[in-house]
Amino acid sequence: MKRRDFIKNTAAVAVLPSLINGQTVQAFTDSSLLSRLAASFVDTDHVLVIVQLNGGNDGLNTVIPIDQYSNLANARNNILIDSKKVLALTGTSLTGLHPSMTGMRDLYNNGKLTIVQAAGYPNQNYSHFRSSDIWVTAADYNQSLTNGWAGRYLSEEFPNFPSGYPNTNMPDPLAIQIGSVVSTGLQGLTNSMAMTISDPANFYGMINGTTDPTPNTHAGAELAYIRGVSAKTQQYSTVIKAAAAKATNKSTMWPTAGQNKLADQMKIVSQLIAGGLKTRIYWVNLGGFDTHSNQVDATNGNDTGTHASLLADLSEAITAFMDDCKLLNTADRVLGMTFSEFGRRIVSNASSGTDHGAAAPLFLFGNKVKSGLVGSNPAIPANATVNDNVAMQHDFRTVYTSILKDWFCLSDTDTDTVMLQKFNTLNLINSSCNNNAIAQDIQRNSGNMIIRNYPNPFNLATTIEFISAGGNVLIELINTEGKLVKTITDQDYAAGQHNIELSRNGIAAGLYYIKMQNNLSTQTRSVIATD
Amino acid sequence: MDRRDFLSTLAPIQTPGVQETTSTKQTAQRTSTGLTQYAGAWGYDQAIHLLRRTMFGANINDINYFLKKSMSASVDDLLTVPTTQPNPPINNYNSGTNVDPDITAGATWVNGPDNPNFNSQRRQSFKYWWAGLMINQDKNILEKMTLFWHNHFATQTQTTGSTILAYQNNLMLRQNALGNFKTMTKAVTIDPCMLKYLNGNLNTNKAPDENYGRELQELFTVGKGPNSQYTEDDVKAAAKVLTGWRVNNSTLSSYFDSTKHETANKQFSAFYNNTLITGQTGANGANEVDDLLTMIFNQNEGALFICRKLYRWFVYYDIDAATESNVIVPMAQIFRQNNYDIKPVLAALFKSEHFYDAANMGCLIKSPLDFCVGMCREFNIIFPDATQYATQYYMWGQIWGASYIQQQDPGDPPNVAGWPAYYQVPSYHELWINSDTLPKRNQISDLMVYSGIKKSGYTLIIDCIAVAQTMSDPTNPNTLIDDLCKYLHILTLSAANKATIKTSTLLSGQSTDSYWTNAWNAYLANPTNKTLKDTVNTRLILLVKYLMDLSEYQLS
Repeated sequence: MKRRDFIKNTAAVAVLPSLINGQTVQAFTDSSLLSRLAASFVDTDHVLVIVQLNGGNDGLNTVIPIDQYSNLANARNNILIDSKKVLALTGTSLTGLHPSMTGMRDLYNNGKLTIVQAAGYPNQNYSHFRSSDIWVTAADYNQSLTNGWAGRYLSEEFPNFPSGYPNTNMPDPLAIQIGSVVSTGLQGLTNSMAMTISDPANFYGMINGTTDPTPNTHAGAELAYIRGVSAKTQQYSTVIKAAAAKATNKSTMWPTAGQNKLADQMKIVSQLIAGGLKTRIYWVNLGGFDTHSNQVDATNGNDTGTHASLLADLSEAITAFMDDCKLLNTADRVLGMTFSEFGRRIVSNASSGTDHGAAAPLFLFGNKVKSGLVGSNPAIPANATVNDNVAMQHDFRTVYTSILKDWFCLSDTDTDTVMLQKFNTLNLINSSCNNNAIAQDIQRNSGNMIIRNYPNPFNLATTIEFISAGGNVLIELINTEGKLVKTITDQDYAAGQHNIELSRNGIAAGLYYIKMQNNLSTQTRSVIATD
Repeated sequence: MDRRDFLSTLAPIQTPGVQETTSTKQTAQRTSTGLTQYAGAWGYDQAIHLLRRTMFGANINDINYFLKKSMSASVDDLLTVPTTQPNPPINNYNSGTNVDPDITAGATWVNGPDNPNFNSQRRQSFKYWWAGLMINQDKNILEKMTLFWHNHFATQTQTTGSTILAYQNNLMLRQNALGNFKTMTKAVTIDPCMLKYLNGNLNTNKAPDENYGRELQELFTVGKGPNSQYTEDDVKAAAKVLTGWRVNNSTLSSYFDSTKHETANKQFSAFYNNTLITGQTGANGANEVDDLLTMIFNQNEGALFICRKLYRWFVYYDIDAATESNVIVPMAQIFRQNNYDIKPVLAALFKSEHFYDAANMGCLIKSPLDFCVGMCREFNIIFPDATQYATQYYMWGQIWGASYIQQQDPGDPPNVAGWPAYYQVPSYHELWINSDTLPKRNQISDLMVYSGIKKSGYTLIIDCIAVAQTMSDPTNPNTLIDDLCKYLHILTLSAANKATIKTSTLLSGQSTDSYWTNAWNAYLANPTNKTLKDTVNTRLILLVKYLMDLSEYQLS
């Protein structure tokens, strides 16, 4: 991360030196230019919708390698889709889609869908938990992280969150998870960066939109009282209700509520985007892809059954969502990405299902995608054995890297900070990034900053500046896996601003975090040591 | 502090001490159970209810301990409190060049000498120490009762000068907590901390100060119930009885100065059967306080008043007509029959049908201390031991701080009436939960499950794996969620909602239970492997955080 100079924020807890490129910021503070810059940056902000397919989606029956059909027939005859039913894609005769995915076929043919072939990672892990953790944290196969890639992105852009939030720069939730529990993918360096909702009109309906009723007892009466306070004090309830009230879903393609779980979630997402929320990331889920048995319904044809229904739901939800965004004039702001923790084995099992596999295709959708197929069909061995897997062509982290750079307009250095290492990009998005450093600084300094350092990156030494509220201040230098590298200070500091010099002695070049704890508040920022 | 001045600035607050005996709740199910001894089942639900109410939170080991006994034996155990005093608070505050010249680091300051330069540090030391006693409470009611009496005979360290006095006051409350209420009232009346707090030390024959004489009746004994008809003249007469009690600021003790004592006779009203307390001269003037208390305790109102207060502390704040006649009146009878011994009243309450009536379970909103200390105990949060006393006090202080920001600062209640949650009609306990404090509760529990509190290399944190290991079968995600819900909530979630939570937390969106079982067993087989540990821990954190964020977790 390139540490730019500080900008004064009106909500800051104390006055820190306030400079933009060496100029004091007083000249800017009340200028409409500054607020215009800030506003324009945020207003054109892009939204990412992450669609997690839990269970491990069978990629070979989703994006079908037509040129591999005879080998595929040997490997998985009991679940093979009739080649005549495979949906053709414009511009290629080699690859088609599962017959249930007519909506996504149309999106592809209309230039709004990208298929990234064989996404995965080296040294595939076959455990659902471990593999989904790798996908949501963007960890190496042998590395364990407890924060998520999307959470780290939001920590980089809103490093002070949640202190001093919401504020005028970011009045809305940074991220919204539709459901009841926030994914680890949205866990930031210190805090969860997202809130959960299942029904924007009813804040207490946190679980599946339903709440256990309160019994007619004293306890029930008190529970109702606490729930009432809870509903009123959900930090963002007002803005979310206002956004929901402002926009109505317009597409006629939405299925009836309760018919398609994913569509129900994406319908809320579309409504909130159109309602004007500046929320960057929405996270939705569709479960059930763990199709070890009866993946297809052979009686009615291999293009029917569990997997066919799931893909129909996926296709219908994404298609209705895109149609709704178009009708609500938000389509240019929205990018969607699907992922699943792994694909499934090439060879099917005897129970008309497939076991845990390796790489699989993922989809990007939106007006700004560079539509098409990225990569080639997986090569299916002539006599595939139970141990054969689809080989990875694209490290999934190259997809994330492309999204961060070309959709969220992060600099190379900031992208590396979020991704924890350098990855290539893929040419997936028609980027319209014109970096606005001042506006970005305003955003990154909004909220209450209690710790920062300069210069950053640093070579020999860096000054850590922090604001104590009184009492003990603990500042630690930790590595990206959360291990303590050095305790920078751990003692009482009077209320106010203080400085500490951190020298490079014994600190290897690389990415670190400085984490401050003062009373019950914590804040973490990334720092880079360079040689 | 002059409560009247304080209250005049807060116009909408009803005069503390006014006891509503009329029910304010119309909706909730009523119960007509009384003090007849409970003869029903003694199981997990009853044991956890008794422990949550009589201690701070219910720890799984304590629940299992008491489940091996009968209900009656459990109550008797809980009411048996140690007679030895806890280790006193120590100098945890030396820092840099700011060093207490008289007390070495780690040594106690309670024996003096007093030092105004270090009084505020000692005040923090005292509060952290007290938080530590609550966190480390043994299997008895002492800490809940000490806090009860602090709320009843409230004093504020901010206004009573030397923290040594506050410490002595605290010891006095502990010593009397399960003893005799009349004896305790005498001790409170001549306690140097209380003498300073309510100006008793300024109460002289030349210039009587009515502050203590008023609160003694209005807040501490007969109360302001509808039948408590003492008069303004009674306040004046009581003040005169109490003239002459002084505080020696060198020895930090109280004494009686007969030259400051009003020796005339004191006439009381019809409410007190026109009692005349004969004025005494010389050292005998000090005996008038006994005559005063005998007169006050001859009234039934005091027993009713204290029993209502105990009821609101331990059962529920709303007292309807049935509860008044079936529970409060019989409790007051027991109280007087036992010459104001506290234990028999509590024993009758905690062994009663009424106490175990399902209608009275789970209806107590956790106070901030119930929330914070209870969390530490429920989740077996491990604190540093005495060999790291500075870190130990710091960590106790963090828990005190968590309660403080939710408006409960033990040692400094808002005024002499104690915390409004125990007297303010009609809201009572609901005052603890508002748009400021409820999000703070969630932030505190989130902090304790995610990153914890660190100091000097020590991390105070909820170890979710260790908690899961104390449940009956952590390999089974359904059992684990059932157990945790039963442990943390009284109003348990529906099966459908538990299933949803299971899928979103322990199963990461999967539908096969064995994925959790396998992950848990893999961790058990190789507990030092960081990846295997993180895999189960991140999922347990989501689950525990979720259960603690639910409104259900705010109820005791």
